[in-house]
This record gives sequence, C-alpha cells and structure tokens, in this order.
Amino acid sequence: MIPRIRTICLYALVLPMLYCTSLWAAPTIKADLNGAGATFPAPLYQHWIKQFAATSPGFTISYAEVGSGEGIKRFLAETVDFGASDTAMNDTEAAQARHGVQFIPATAGIVVLAYNLPNVDKPLRLSRKVYVDIFLGNIRKWDDARIAALNPEIKLPDLNITTVVRADSSGTTWTFTNHLQAISPRWKDAGFMAAKKIDWPGNSMSVNYNEGVANRILHSWGAIGYVEYGVASRAGLPMAILENKDGHYVPPSVESGMAALANNAPQLPTNLRLFIPDPAGAGAYPISSYSWLLLHQRYPNPQQGERIKKFVDWCLKEGQKYAVQLGYTPLPQAVSAKAVQALDQVR
Amino acid sequence: MAEHTSLQRSQSISKPPSAGDIFTNNAFRALTLAFTWGIVLLLAYILFRIGGKAIPAVKEYGFSLLTGTTWDVNNRTFGILPEIWGTLYSSMLALLLGGFFGVTIAIFLTQNFLPRTLETILRSIIELLAAIPSVVYGLWGIFVLIPLIRPLADFLNAHFSWIPFFSTSLSGPGMFPAALVLSIMILPTVAAISQDAFRAIPRKTVEAAFGMGTTRWEAILRVMLPTAAGGIFGALVLGLGRALGETMALAMLVGNSNQISLSVFAPANTLAALLALNFPEAGDTEIAVLMFAACVLLLITLLVNMLGALIINRTGMKR
Repeated sequence: MIPRIRTICLYALVLPMLYCTSLWAAPTIKADLNGAGATFPAPLYQHWIKQFAATSPGFTISYAEVGSGEGIKRFLAETVDFGASDTAMNDTEAAQARHGVQFIPATAGIVVLAYNLPNVDKPLRLSRKVYVDIFLGNIRKWDDARIAALNPEIKLPDLNITTVVRADSSGTTWTFTNHLQAISPRWKDAGFMAAKKIDWPGNSMSVNYNEGVANRILHSWGAIGYVEYGVASRAGLPMAILENKDGHYVPPSVESGMAALANNAPQLPTNLRLFIPDPAGAGAYPISSYSWLLLHQRYPNPQQGERIKKFVDWCLKEGQKYAVQLGYTPLPQAVSAKAVQALDQVR
Repeated sequence: MAEHTSLQRSQSISKPPSAGDIFTNNAFRALTLAFTWGIVLLLAYILFRIGGKAIPAVKEYGFSLLTGTTWDVNNRTFGILPEIWGTLYSSMLALLLGGFFGVTIAIFLTQNFLPRTLETILRSIIELLAAIPSVVYGLWGIFVLIPLIRPLADFLNAHFSWIPFFSTSLSGPGMFPAALVLSIMILPTVAAISQDAFRAIPRKTVEAAFGMGTTRWEAILRVMLPTAAGGIFGALVLGLGRALGETMALAMLVGNSNQISLSVFAPANTLAALLALNFPEAGDTEIAVLMFAACVLLLITLLVNMLGALIINRTGMKR
C-alpha cells in the first residue's frame, strides 16, 4: 500500500515540474545574427530569413518570436543584434539605447477582429461604436439589439460574448488599443489607454501570442478577438467587416491595408515612426500598423553592422514581394525609399 | 540433514556486531537525520526566499492585494482575489466530483464486488491516471472534453439560466471543463487512500455487522463508511491539496479570465495559472506581486495538506 501512494505522490510532484520547466526554457540556438521581438510580423520575418539564406550571404540569422515588449527589453539589454516591435519604441525607451536606435519600418499589417459563431456563415458587420462596446464589456450577448441592427440578414445566436485578448506584452494589443482610443472617447472614459498590456474588462480570456489568440477563438464559441490578419486567415477564422473613419464598411484584405498606408504615407516623420490609429480614405481598413525593426545606430562590432545592413536592405527591396502572400501589407514606395536611406546611416 | 547444517550455521552467525556494523548503523542514522532536517530547511528556505521577494509588494499594496480584482500593469494596481476565488472554486468543484467518484470506486474495489484479479487490474488502471502528464490532460480537455460537454452545458444554460451557476453560455475553456479535468486528476489520490482506509477496517467489524443480520449495503453504508470516515476525509483533503496546486492543465483549460463569476461555464483564472502565464515577462513590481501570489498558494496548500495529515493521524489510520 505504502509504495503505491508513494509512487502516486512522486508522479504528482515530478511530472508538473518537468512540464513547467519546459515552459520557462527559452530556445538558445545562436546564429551569427540574432533578433527578437514582435510576433505580429514573425511569419514574414521567418520567411525572409529562409529566403535570404538562399542568396548565400555567408552568415546565419535567427529571430525569436517573444512579443514586442520582450523584444525591446532584449534589444536594450543588447542580448540580440536587432529587435522588432509593432510600436517602435517610446522616447524614454529609445533614450536607454547605448548605441542609439534606428527604427526601420520593415512591413505593415492589419489587425482583424476574428470570431467564432457557430452556424453564422455571412461575415459580421461591426460599427465603430459597437466593437468598442464589445471590448469594453458593455455588450455581453451576441443577440444584442445593437449588433442585430447592423446585421439584419444574420440570425445571431443567444451566446455570451467572450473576448479573447493577449496576456503578454504585445504590439498587437498596442495597435488595437491605440485605435480604440482614437475612435472613441469611451475607451479613455473607462480608464484605459493605448498600452501593450491591458486589464480587459468584461468576459475576456487572455492568451499568449497571436497564434494563441487565433487558436483560442477556434475552440471557443461566441469568442471574438483581435489578431494579425495573416494568422487569422491561416487559421481559417471568419473576420468582421469594420466601419472606417469615412463611414464605409471595409473587409480586411491586403488591398484595404495598402489603401490605409498609401493615404497616410506622406506624413512619415524623420524618425520613421508613424502611427496610423485611424487612417482616412474610403477604402482604408481602420486598424493598420507598421512594424519596425530596431537597429543600433552604431554597431560596436562593424562586421555585425555590415551583416544587418545587408539583410535589412534585402528585406526592404526583395523581401517586400513576399509580404502579400503571407497576408502582410507591402510598404508604400515612399516609405521603403526613406527606410533604405535611413539604413545607410547605420554603421 | 539439511536442517542440521542450517541450524549449525545459524548458531555460528550469532555474534556481537562488528565495528563495521556499528559504523554503518551510525552513519546511516546521521545521514537520514541530516536529510530529514535538510528537507525541513529546504522548505523554510523556499518560504524565506519567495516571502522575501514578496515583501516589496506587501509594503506597497498591503491588504489590498488580497481584496483587489484588477491586474493593471499600466496603472500598477494589482489584486489577486479573482485568482484566489478561481483556485478555491475549481478545487471545490473538482473535490465534489472527484471525491464522490473516488470514494465510490474505493467501495467498489474493496467490498468484494469483483473477483480479486479484476480488482487488481482496475486498481492499477486507476493509478495509471496519476501517471498521465498534466499537458496531456490539458490537450485532451480542449480537443475531446469541451466538445463533449457542450450539449449538456447548452441545455443547462438554455433551461436553467436563472440558477447563477448556469447563467452564462459555455464558450470553450472555462471553470466547468477545468474542474472536470481536475476531478479526474485527483481521482487516483482519493481512490487509493480511501481504499487503504477501507482495508484498514478489521475483518471482525464486517463479520460482526453481518452477524447482526445486516445486508451488504447496510454494512457498507452504516458500518464500513463511518468506520473509514476519518481516512476518507483525509483522502479528500489530500486530493484538495493536489487540486489547488495543479498548473498546466488549468492554464490551458480555465480560460485565464480576470473575473469573479458564479457561473461554472464562465472562464476564470487560478493562482497557479496566473503564475505560469505572467512570470516569463513580468516587470519588477509584477514579480513581487506574483511572488506574493505564490506565497498565498503555498500557504493554502500547506494548510490543507497539514489538515489532511492530521486527520489521517488522529483517526488512527497508520500508513
């Protein structure tokens, strides 16, 4: 009897430990050039690294998908050669970079509201007022009159709305909340701001990473969450058609994302940090964002500097054509030209 | 002939312990004593370190940590009440289900309902449940259990939504699937210790009961169950202790939602899941708060386990 209980206790103790340690352990594969950061553009970056390696540059590159917040942290700690972030960096963070920081907009993308409603096969339409209220927890049922009024031809189910949000410090969250803040005073009135991490009100489930959110929506009926477009379309999730600044209802697509960028490209500032919380234009998709690579202005090791310039230059020119097939928005000509100029300044 | 030689040999063995024997004995005693104290010290050290790291949080937020319901990194307000609630709620639900089935299984396997060999086979299978890794339970919960219980949950929500426990619809991950999986995870613990409790009842007691003309069920319910009650209660408390600390399966199934809801279909959060989810990229203040949460979890589990051990000892079920 005693050994039996002892075995059970041993299993009970040891197994969870094993699985927890695998949670913490970060992969430590060292390439010649190491980067870390945003998960939002990660599928594209990984694809770039593979394609770039085919041009036999003579060095290897790795990119760890750890979220924008952690990417900035590692870039500032100089444990990586380049960072990546959907929010670039704020000025206090930028001031901490010992070798200076150069933001390079590398790609852009759109954040979609993906949902899981059983037996609903027509795409859902959501107005600016309604999706703010959904994420504020003010609309709690799918058959709420405010949603039904926008979607007369859909029979909405009697389900509770469960919002799926990011648990980790995330650039996608920042892009989305920056947008919510721009379109509705109610977001600020409720005590929220644009941030990488939010204590979401209402019936919300928090999950790590873009892929995690997509997965959670896939398994949860009545769920709606904000995800990067490519991730959502690969997961096969339906996405809501959203009302934009001009009052048009725009479905998420590469074209509507390009429209959002093109209309606002002339406003690009010299530090290349342009946020478009609420893009203007009839066909512009409302939730769009650039995603930046974070480079040091001066690399202590000149060889690393040369390598990173070679890679990023390739990304800005050759790399852009891979963006569309993965669901990202290629940079407008005006933006990529300025990015290449800025890259020249990196030593 | 053989008896004769063995007798002679046994006489020749009888001699005072050699210096080597005495040394081995003393060394073994010293070693085990050192290890025993080492374990006690280790526990004290863990408490000391985690507690030490939690002190900044206690200084800054004080009692509001236990009563607050927000986890807002931007405004630096933290509270772990929803997680404490979720931990206790999920464990209690699991105990209700797992406890009932665990004790029932113990009765089934000890009261001669089955042939001996079948009993042994079934017992091993139930114990095998303890060997299944937590993540596997989590994945099984997501891909098998949730779709399976959806019709039941929808029915309950549709017809009994006036009962607060069924007031929301089941989305997917939530309290109910989490508690179900937890109850399966604590089942082997509860079943094994309850079986021991039943086996510890002297044969005479049953015979006396039968002798007085009781039926089998009367004997089980009126005599066996009350006699084994102490051990069973201890089993339940140890099961509860196991349920409180479970991490991986819950992090996957409970939904990680920072809210307090009576509805069993709503997503919730537990202390262990909070730790697993937030540790990897927590800032300094957040780490202090997480350490505090770890202390709270440690204390709850410690209290529950001590209570269980005490009950088992008190009722004289020597293990």
